[in-house]
Amino acid sequence: MSLLLELKDVSKIYGSVKALRNVNLEVSRGEWLAIMGPSGSGKSTMMNIIGCMDKPSNGSVTLDGVDISKENSKSLTNIRRDKIGLIFQQFHLINYLTALENVMVAQYYHSMPDEKEALRALERVGLGDRAKHLPSQLSGGEQQRVCIARALINYPTLILADEPTGNLDEANESVVLDIFKRLHKEGSAIIVVTHDPEVADEAQRTVVLEHGRVARIVQGKNNAMGCDA
Amino acid sequence: MMMKKQTMYFRMITSSLIRRRSRMIVALLAVAIGATILSGLVTIYYDVPRQMGQEFRSYGANLIFTPAGDETSFTMEAVRKATDFIPNNDIMGIAPYRYETVKINEQPFTAAGVIMDEVKKTSPYWFVSGQWPQNDGEALIGQEVSDYIRLSPGDMFTVTGANSVGDSFSRDFTVLGIVQTGGIEEAFLFVSLSDLEEMAGDKGRLDVVECSVSASQAELDDIVRRIDENVEEVTPRLVKRVTRSEGAVLAKLQALVYLVTTIALLLTMICVATTMMAVVAERRKEIGLKKALGAANRSIVMEFLGEGLFLGGLGGLLGALFGFAFAQTVSLNVFGRSISFQPRLIPASMAISIIITGLACLLPVRSATDVDPAIVLRGE
Repeated sequence: MSLLLELKDVSKIYGSVKALRNVNLEVSRGEWLAIMGPSGSGKSTMMNIIGCMDKPSNGSVTLDGVDISKENSKSLTNIRRDKIGLIFQQFHLINYLTALENVMVAQYYHSMPDEKEALRALERVGLGDRAKHLPSQLSGGEQQRVCIARALINYPTLILADEPTGNLDEANESVVLDIFKRLHKEGSAIIVVTHDPEVADEAQRTVVLEHGRVARIVQGKNNAMGCDA
Repeated sequence: MMMKKQTMYFRMITSSLIRRRSRMIVALLAVAIGATILSGLVTIYYDVPRQMGQEFRSYGANLIFTPAGDETSFTMEAVRKATDFIPNNDIMGIAPYRYETVKINEQPFTAAGVIMDEVKKTSPYWFVSGQWPQNDGEALIGQEVSDYIRLSPGDMFTVTGANSVGDSFSRDFTVLGIVQTGGIEEAFLFVSLSDLEEMAGDKGRLDVVECSVSASQAELDDIVRRIDENVEEVTPRLVKRVTRSEGAVLAKLQALVYLVTTIALLLTMICVATTMMAVVAERRKEIGLKKALGAANRSIVMEFLGEGLFLGGLGGLLGALFGFAFAQTVSLNVFGRSISFQPRLIPASMAISIIITGLACLLPVRSATDVDPAIVLRGE
């Protein structure tokens, strides 16, 4: 599989705090990667850099052939819009828009809103019949599935999920993981930040961060790829 | 089915306004109250000259006609020609006066022949004890005359004298009222113009005409100039004492309303800006999310501006209507007169509200676009 993401000697320094220290990582297209680590280990910083919401202090980050560490803020916004699908722990749905409209918002900023396509995205996550509901009328699991539908609607190159099951009960966690499995099967590249070993287990590899460094890389039960940290 | 971007834009704005209505009603109220005070005060500001102009007419006549050049009198025909230069709606009263010297108990007095109903209009400040005469044979006497010859309302007295051809006349009158003005009028007796003309033995001769005109100083100056140029028989003069004090009071009153309006405008801006800032501040997460989804700063600014401008327009419309009600209430309670609705205030109020709301939105939204979307991504 070809390389999708490459981090080379990436460091991030906030004043006197070194959030990331010389991190090297490669992610292939279609790979499912989990990032684990204790609080303050640099997970969020790494997510922000991969998600084009922050830039490294040193090193380079190449996403789909583009060195995003050298891009300006406007270009990073465009890259984020075109290549990345974001899934949040708190779902972050716009509370005055219906589930369908929340999905269409992502289309609106990307290209052209398409109601039918947005509805199909909701159907893919099993929410076709809840399209006209407001977030306040949906359960946590349903809101997370709307968030996933929104992340998928523009066919992103990379799906970035930050604690996607952190706010869900076991049943809904299972539903969301099933969706991730299906997406992985369909060839999507997924990076999941998680505290949950069961979620990380589903990934092909798990990168464990400690004190801003890659402490180790653990092969997941579905691993079919080599480690390359 | 593809949807136009504009359609989605309006869908997002209307959804935000409708589905967040409790928040939006607060913002709408802030705009509408501001616009109400503003449009109400502007209405009063422009209506004050009209209201006060009529109010000032209680000060008495502000324009008088006297005989031109060396002439000693002029005719009613000349008065009609002169008053043709005054807009009918502005004429509050025109009171002709003819003076003759008469005797009561062999004491000389000045008798003024007047049209009582017109005198009431031009000199509303006269204080009359008793009644205003309504018929021939009835008289109003000044306080000084009353004191001198000891006459009270209801008393009869006889006026004697010589007419224009030298024949003597004698005529009985009943005192209907005693007038106090604080001026020279207290030394006169007032009878109907027809009684005086009958005693004098000639008709159509007038000495002075007092006019009460509801107009600004500039309009009065223009009326005087035109009468002076076109009517040879009379000399028009402004009663400076009245017109100057009117102008001074009016200028001060307008300055006061202007000041209050300006302060209200500033307070409105602060109030609306604060409300909009609060509205934007509580949506910083939403802004961060939209940026994370790839929204350009311009898109976010346009969305918030769209909401703000809609609120501004609607608030301005409501403000224009409520403002009229506010101005009407003030006018009725303070001046005792109603005002007419100015339709052009609607677009003006909407435009001002839109500008204020737009500015009030723009500043917090621009600062909100600096939100780091990574903050939204952060888990708990």
